[in-house]
Amino acid sequence: MRLLNRTAGRLSRHRRRPVAGLLVLLLGLFATGTFYAAFAPAQAETTASDAAQVEEGRELFLIGCAFCHGTNGEGVLTESGTQYGPALAGVGAAAVDFQVGTGRMPLVQPGQQAPRKPVIYSQDEIDALGAFVASLGPGPAVPEESEYSVEGLSAEEQEEAVVRGGEIFRTNCTACHNFDGAGGAMPRGGYAPSLKGVEPKYIYEALLTGPQSMPTFSNGNLTPEDKADVIAYLQESEEQPTYGGFGLGSMGPVAEGLFAWVVGIGGLVGFAIWIAAHSTRSLKQKGTTE
Amino acid sequence: MKKNLRKVFPDHWSFMLGEIALWSFVVLLLTGVFLTLWYDPSMAETEYTGSYAPLRGIEMSQGMASTLHISFDVRGGLLMRQMHHWAAMLFIAAMMVHLLRVYFTGAFRKPRELNWVIGSLLLLLGTLEGFTGYSLPDDLLSGTGIRAADGFVKSIPVVGTYVSFFLFGGEFPGDSIIPRLYIIHVLLIPGILLGLIAAHMLLLVYHKHTQWPGPGRTEENVVGFPMLPVYAAKAGGFFFVVFGVTAIMGGLLTINPIWRYGPYDPTKVTAGSQPDWYMGWPDGALRIMPGIETELFGYTLSWNVLIPIIILPGLMFTILLMLPFIENWITGDKRDHHLLERPRDAPTRTALMVALMTFYGLMWAAGGNDIIAIRFDLSINQITYFMRAAVFIGPVIAFIIARRWCISLQRKDREDVLHGYETGIIMRSPEGGFSERHAPLPQESVYTLTSREDTKAYAALPATDANGVDAPNGRIDRVRAKLSQAWFAHDVAPATREELDEAHHHAEHAHELQGALDGRSADGHQYDGKHAVEGDHLRND
Repeated sequence: MRLLNRTAGRLSRHRRRPVAGLLVLLLGLFATGTFYAAFAPAQAETTASDAAQVEEGRELFLIGCAFCHGTNGEGVLTESGTQYGPALAGVGAAAVDFQVGTGRMPLVQPGQQAPRKPVIYSQDEIDALGAFVASLGPGPAVPEESEYSVEGLSAEEQEEAVVRGGEIFRTNCTACHNFDGAGGAMPRGGYAPSLKGVEPKYIYEALLTGPQSMPTFSNGNLTPEDKADVIAYLQESEEQPTYGGFGLGSMGPVAEGLFAWVVGIGGLVGFAIWIAAHSTRSLKQKGTTE
Repeated sequence: MKKNLRKVFPDHWSFMLGEIALWSFVVLLLTGVFLTLWYDPSMAETEYTGSYAPLRGIEMSQGMASTLHISFDVRGGLLMRQMHHWAAMLFIAAMMVHLLRVYFTGAFRKPRELNWVIGSLLLLLGTLEGFTGYSLPDDLLSGTGIRAADGFVKSIPVVGTYVSFFLFGGEFPGDSIIPRLYIIHVLLIPGILLGLIAAHMLLLVYHKHTQWPGPGRTEENVVGFPMLPVYAAKAGGFFFVVFGVTAIMGGLLTINPIWRYGPYDPTKVTAGSQPDWYMGWPDGALRIMPGIETELFGYTLSWNVLIPIIILPGLMFTILLMLPFIENWITGDKRDHHLLERPRDAPTRTALMVALMTFYGLMWAAGGNDIIAIRFDLSINQITYFMRAAVFIGPVIAFIIARRWCISLQRKDREDVLHGYETGIIMRSPEGGFSERHAPLPQESVYTLTSREDTKAYAALPATDANGVDAPNGRIDRVRAKLSQAWFAHDVAPATREELDEAHHHAEHAHELQGALDGRSADGHQYDGKHAVEGDHLRND
């Protein structure tokens, strides 16, 4: 430990020397070269032929998805004629990226709703699956980061985007996702999931593709800029401090009532017992002194 | 004056529950006055320009804008707002807890029925006061509440629409509701509340406080501490405790974050829109009510709104108001009572309130059905179906369980008085039988447990008098006698003097016999001639 400290100390002492900059530069170049050598050929291969990616996706699809969605993504019906797995022609790569990228697909078991769970495919595999599903019929593509980010805007424009996004959010999203995006109940055991901590890309894709009970907000309904505004609003509301203190899960008056009864009345009744118990003790003391 | 300063109050933690309500009302007055300095009860449209950036530039009412101003631009404003809101929740909760204490201990009996009625009115007015206050910020949640209230009013047959237009000064939302609710919230209801609280407390002083039975405590005296210095110090100290708890809650726990809800707009609604807890149970009734409507001469009667929101709360409040009168009519007990009864000593009364509480609690849970559904991974539909049956079956089950529970506790008391309490010492007799040693209760406890009266059911008047004339209201009188019998059925009489004497004699006798058992007390029952010794279950004194 001491040795480490000494090394760190020496390093920090040397970090302002002219040689230091050069060393960092060399280290950076070396790392870049190594990583490029490690990853570049693979990328070159996949981008070189979309057909190969589609083929890779098809193979993954046959293993992981075809059981419910059919070998060509045509969907599978149950014996009684209800949908087992829906047809996938036209859902686009964005739907695949959302469903598989958030772990909702593949399903563990059929149910009211596919819950978010750990992702089991790598991003490359998800892209391949997306390429295969996109090849079944035209649908929304996976968005570029520039589409859902307001990073490029000035601070003032960003602030305006947050205000606009808040308006759009309250109009279109709060009815299911709750005023703070904490989630809400849907009929028959379904639910609108919490939006806290969800990556902007997936929010954009969910708006675009309308997964599960969610309606589709096509670009005609909600322009890409509007979607970016909503995402900016959600990001802002996660970053802002909880002004009033502990937020009680942002569940509204039910949680507040629970706290009023348990913490408030519970605590005050406790104090009442304490005060009443205290006087009996003072009575005893009085009795002994007299 | 001096006599009043020395006025005696008995000491028990449950007598301080009403004080929680009183002191949170004081906190409400203090914080409320602070809020009125900046709040602007106007529905005029304005553009928000305050320091909360995500809402800047948005059109909203003056009421909402000034509430945001209090929250973000007035020093201590958000703390005061949150304290005010938490204190309001505690005010009504404390009134209810106090009400339960008064009911369960029989403190509502003559001569205190009038104070019960005043207390019930305070609860009703407190709820209305809470609702009007909840509506003032004019944020999305409170606006939804007003929208719902508008629907409730409109569900009243014939006059509904007129009343709604009268309340809102035209079609909803109009621009008069906030100023009107404001004046109701800051002047009208607080004024009546203050008056009623004063009357409530004057009656308390006039009637003197009830007390638990015990040695030296009678219907004619009050045993406790004088107002000055003891009780004043304790009550005054309790104010600071209540203030402190509200301040801590207001400082640490977010309540009604209006900046997240945004301004009210009739086109918007959010998931998890609930009223504050005290309006939760009618909301639950509304949520589980099947959608029944009748069309009559081209007009629709919305039973699905009318029954749960207008009729049911009215009915429940009437029952609450009438409870003391219902009880003294059934029991025929019109005497004054200043000594309290333990809940177990009035099993039917206790069970009645437990049934009402169960009804209330189930309705309450139904009001949070969506939150329960997502938090416990349940289906909101199934919760609704379950509740539809449970609100009828649950209270009945609760009534039976609570009543039997009380009766078995009465039996236990009697057992303790006559046979002593279980010491936990297990004895083995020379024959090899095991038994537990019982020890007599302290004299004070025996007095307390036996001092309650053996209640008698109301007996019906003879159907005809000596001259063969039918008694007036003969049928009602017989119903009353039946009810009274059911009310007291299975009650266990407290041990009488004779029973106690016999038990003591019995214990001494047993003690003599135990002399042989190495100086330790042992079972005496098997020698008393009433029990077969062979194979008998061993019981002790």
